Amino acid sequence: MKKTSAFPVAALLAALAAFAWPAAATDGPVPAPPFTLASRAGGEVSLADLKGQVVMINFWASWCGPCRKEFPALDQIYAKYKPMGFTLVAINVESEKADAEKFLATTPASFPILFDPDNKVSGSYGVSAMPTTVLVDRQGRVRWLHRAYKPGDEAKYIEQIRAALREKA
Amino acid sequence: MQLIRAAVIALALLPLPAAAAVLPDDRADLMYHYYDGGGVTIDGPSLLVRKKFAEKYAASANYYVDMVSSASIDVITTASPYTETRTQYGVGFEYLRNKVTYAAAFSNSSENDYEADTATLSISQDMFGDLTTVSLFFTRGWDDVTRRGDATFADEIDRRIYGVDISQVATRNMVLGLSYETITEEGFLNNPYRQVRYLDPDAAVGYSFEPERYPRTRTGNALSLRARYFLPYRAAIQGDYRFYTDTWDILAHTAEVSYTHPLDEEWTFDVRYRFYTQDAAEFYSDLFPREDFQNFLARDKELSTMTSHTLGFGVTYEFKSPRMSFLNRSSLNLRYDRMRFEYDDFRDISTTGFAPGTEPFYSFDADVIRFFFSGWF
Amino acid sequence: MKPARIAALLLLAAAACGCSRVEPWVKPYERENIADPIMAWDRDPVSSSYMRHVFEAREGARGALGASGGGCGCN
Repeated sequence: MKKTSAFPVAALLAALAAFAWPAAATDGPVPAPPFTLASRAGGEVSLADLKGQVVMINFWASWCGPCRKEFPALDQIYAKYKPMGFTLVAINVESEKADAEKFLATTPASFPILFDPDNKVSGSYGVSAMPTTVLVDRQGRVRWLHRAYKPGDEAKYIEQIRAALREKA
Repeated sequence: MQLIRAAVIALALLPLPAAAAVLPDDRADLMYHYYDGGGVTIDGPSLLVRKKFAEKYAASANYYVDMVSSASIDVITTASPYTETRTQYGVGFEYLRNKVTYAAAFSNSSENDYEADTATLSISQDMFGDLTTVSLFFTRGWDDVTRRGDATFADEIDRRIYGVDISQVATRNMVLGLSYETITEEGFLNNPYRQVRYLDPDAAVGYSFEPERYPRTRTGNALSLRARYFLPYRAAIQGDYRFYTDTWDILAHTAEVSYTHPLDEEWTFDVRYRFYTQDAAEFYSDLFPREDFQNFLARDKELSTMTSHTLGFGVTYEFKSPRMSFLNRSSLNLRYDRMRFEYDDFRDISTTGFAPGTEPFYSFDADVIRFFFSGWF
Repeated sequence: MKPARIAALLLLAAAACGCSRVEPWVKPYERENIADPIMAWDRDPVSSSYMRHVFEAREGARGALGASGGGCGCN
């Protein structure tokens, strides 16, 4: 290209690069957005109630294949780490309960199932993939976010849970 | 007699991966297909199996047979009825990495006077928050054409197809699609048995036949748009439109509307109407004024000015088979289509008592039935 | 600069930035209806590919009937 036409090109690319550059990460972990949701077991569950425990939040839906596949792995993790101060809440994002209930009838889960039918909590956590798994530490801060699920990802979950369990409240 | 451009069929029968960021579920389909129309009866089986491994790789295979019994209008006016079998095998592989699916497929179609090999490579990616899926594919075909009863005749077709397909989630309830494809063929593009007719005062019926002559290249372009909408009471409605044009001057419009209605957990009903219209190829004529009238001569009704209407119905019954416990779910399916083909410049020369060029235009109806079992595992 | 060059550069830059900045207007947790099996472009590939063969054998037009994508947006 001739020298006279290089500047507009460079300016264009610089502008686009600035647009594309990842935003600077905030310093330190952020507090997990609070929520209070109806529970399948009856009553309501608030994130504030769970402070002091390591909390894994899993956003799921019955129409999402990988979410369904993930359930047995989550069940195993819940059973193993619950005695150590860990809990897992699975937030269902569907607008009606019927399909979720149908799925849970064939694939029971021992961990709490919460319902977020108007997607306010999904929005506050910026859920950008299905499923999304969030790890909240004992102090109520978001420490880790994992998008999607492929068989084998549960090893990563366990790694993060064990690290968070080692920390003090 | 040769059947159709088998490679295009070969391509069609191994469907392109409907790729998103998840590989489709494992399934097997066993189908009986039946076509009866215009003096031609074709039936046979089709078996399609696909399986994925570690959510990363998938393989698929297809076995398909056409058993043809043909007494079509071309056959009865220029030859004699025949039976034939065409067999087709296909394999496909997919690899999913992040949001990109790479796929390769190969198929072979074989009949006594036509052999077609087809290879396809495709790449498909989800983008824009998984709302958009863009696929690119390239297909290469190699056909060998021979003629029954003539050991000296052998020719080839070389085919290249480039295509792009975009699928877009538009709203919570609507998906849009756009496809563009360009097809280039080089070689022996006509039918070694088919004849054209020309006015011949010396002939008893007033016309005579000579072999058809086609150009040795053809490039076609197709563009289609479609939209599928989710109705609030749980049903789906879809509209499709396709525009096609090629270097033989064929211009075609295709439009389709379809409706899917699930009744409860077990029953689903489909209904559709498809309309197709095309202009004739530039070198097509039902009756040429004299022998050897021009460089290229065609009297193939597939290249004439025509219209087709299709009305289709489908029923699906889903169940969990107690006897086949390895299947998560199964379905029995019946699909029936009634087609009507009407030709505006192809005459029915099996009729008698008409001067050449005044015979009634040809038309026929066809019934197409698919009965298949699907199992997911 | 020629419009074709500008278009090419924009396309290149868009590809370079990975286009992850476009916020999806349908969130993944709102894709319930789109993920419904009845919304698939092609529910029965064995049947639809056969019908495609039936039409292409008898009509002059071919192609651009492919379908892909949509789906659940999972992963």
